[in-house]
Amino acid sequence: MNYGPLLFLGILFTLAGSWFGLVLMPNRQLGDLQPHVNTNTAAIYPQPIPGEAAQGREVYRSLGCNYCHTQQVRPDGFGSDIQRGWGKRRSVARDYIYQKPVMLGSSRTGPDLTNIGERQPSYDWHFTHLYNPQTTSKGSIMPSYAYLFDVRKIGYGGASTNALKLSGDFSPGPGFEVVPKPEAVQLVEYLRSLKSSVELPEAPLPKAE
Amino acid sequence: MSTPASPSVMSALSPRDTAESRDRRAELAEIDESTSGTVLLFFLAGMAWLLIGTLFALIASYKLHSPEFLNQYAWLTFGRIRTAHLNAVIFGFSAEVAVGVVLWLMCRLCRVPLMAQSVINAAAIFWNVGLVIGIGGILRGDTTGIEYLELPKYATPILFVAFALIAVWTIVVFRFRRERHLYVSQWYILAAVLWFPWLYSTAQLLLVLEPARGTVQAAVNWWFGHNVLGLWFTPIGLAAIYYFLPKVIGRPIHSYYLSVLGFWTLALFYNWNGFHHLVGGPFPAWMITISIVASVMMVIPVVSTAINHHFTMVGHFGKLKYSPTLRFIVFGAVSYTISSLQGVLSSVRWFSEVAHFTHHTVAHAHWGMYAFFTMTMFGSMYYILPRITQREWPSERLISLHFWCTALGIILYVVPLSYGGWLQGKAMLNATTPFLEVVQGTLPWLKIRTVSGLLLALGHVAFFANLIWLLARRFGPYRQPEPMILAGVTPAAPVGK
Repeated sequence: MNYGPLLFLGILFTLAGSWFGLVLMPNRQLGDLQPHVNTNTAAIYPQPIPGEAAQGREVYRSLGCNYCHTQQVRPDGFGSDIQRGWGKRRSVARDYIYQKPVMLGSSRTGPDLTNIGERQPSYDWHFTHLYNPQTTSKGSIMPSYAYLFDVRKIGYGGASTNALKLSGDFSPGPGFEVVPKPEAVQLVEYLRSLKSSVELPEAPLPKAE
Repeated sequence: MSTPASPSVMSALSPRDTAESRDRRAELAEIDESTSGTVLLFFLAGMAWLLIGTLFALIASYKLHSPEFLNQYAWLTFGRIRTAHLNAVIFGFSAEVAVGVVLWLMCRLCRVPLMAQSVINAAAIFWNVGLVIGIGGILRGDTTGIEYLELPKYATPILFVAFALIAVWTIVVFRFRRERHLYVSQWYILAAVLWFPWLYSTAQLLLVLEPARGTVQAAVNWWFGHNVLGLWFTPIGLAAIYYFLPKVIGRPIHSYYLSVLGFWTLALFYNWNGFHHLVGGPFPAWMITISIVASVMMVIPVVSTAINHHFTMVGHFGKLKYSPTLRFIVFGAVSYTISSLQGVLSSVRWFSEVAHFTHHTVAHAHWGMYAFFTMTMFGSMYYILPRITQREWPSERLISLHFWCTALGIILYVVPLSYGGWLQGKAMLNATTPFLEVVQGTLPWLKIRTVSGLLLALGHVAFFANLIWLLARRFGPYRQPEPMILAGVTPAAPVGK
């Protein structure tokens, strides 16, 4: 192998193979998937998430939540995702068509969040959990996101309506209250928007027994 | 002692010291000298990133079992500090030291001095400015959120320019080569510098600048992510092993044909491996299957390279005691075999079902990037630095400390965490085990990881101290013509028999 040009061509052609196979072909097959329109109800799925949730998605990305939480439900019979209640059906490519970037995640240090909006719709739960995960999930190794909240003195008008309901060790002390900053509200709106159990032709829901 | 044929007294004392070999050594010294400033710049910057990256790693590791640690600031949250660690050690330490080794090896093997060093020095400066901006951006929260491509888009063009310069320079050196024979290390280096810009530009285009639709992004992401390891770090690591292993023990590579087989099968199969990171994900089955098949095919290059390295070493294991370069390089070569075969196993569906989303994967990544690549780069630096600075390593004790801390440290990292990750995966598969119980089960393994991280950090500090000491001894004794020998043992005969 002393012939430079041959080496050069070999190097280029080998990578061209997977560039074609693993970049261009997936793009051809999945690159212009359209949302599904249900012919009975005229419901369209998926839909872009509304503004505040979209801002929350940026908070999610910026804090690196995707390094501990996946957003993909594996098919029934492969892993225990469905038995754990992380989704009613497996995730498919169409679920992700409006996401930039797609944050499938590669680690489940924490649970999957594909359907967290359905599994946990309560605002109170999300806010207290983000403020200090130990409030709702004793023994969790998720960090506290207290910097997404303001601790302030309760004003003359009494406690704010959006103040967190904290008790015991977690409460900020008498005369003080904890209220979410806009980032916390956005993040919770995003988490509550995560739902993907709409039936698709390629991903039917399991039949009720 | 056999009587030499030559009548001269000098050659009688040193039979291998002929006029021809003196010329060759003078030429090598001149080439080494030409690369000196540039290689040193890349090495020093790389080592600075290693220390920073290690600090980030320790913080991240500690946080994972003690989440209340430093949790009052967003920039120190796990999701950011972990990412800053990854980018500092991958694009700071590993890539920069790799470039230093690449330039030095390429000049030596082509028998060409490095030309117009100031241009390539500018590339080094660009690269580091880009990284400081980029990693600062990650800590601020500007990450792209795409694994292995987190550096924000205002930093990546700077990196791309720097990298393009490095690639062009490497090819220019190759183009003006005076040695017509192409050694196996040159194949790997050439491949690495040509593959990387292609990977990086495709990924930037389809993920950051003009994102593709939906899961195509994840596909491109892992095509890139796996290939950064497979087509950039791996070939450079192998190039270094192929050079230093025979060089230090003074005997040629076992089989030319095995190295050809190893190279072309790696080129053919490795770049199709990426989608084994997506097993079980929202993709058509053909995409996953094709990557699993290619991953299993990797057995061919891995085993042929392993046989080649091992048979070159056979009968020379005693030299591990004396040569710091050889110790690290052999540790790296053995780790390459083990971690690659373990990677093959991880790609298969039944294994992935358990291990995929667990700490097992993290352990595997460190097996490849640290036990193989980083150790190989340490070994290379032990060989190169005395030759470009004309100074010998000041402290044998620090070398030993470096070796044992990093070797034992990475074993203590990888073995327990692989096992703990497997247990985590098994527990997760059982849907009746509450998730928080799974989390609690990982804690002992995560704590062991922090201990191993402390060992690694100590090793890094020892190496850095030795390096600074070496550079500080500007008026110290010049490098001796013999290779660096550990353990205070003087070899009985001149090395090379």
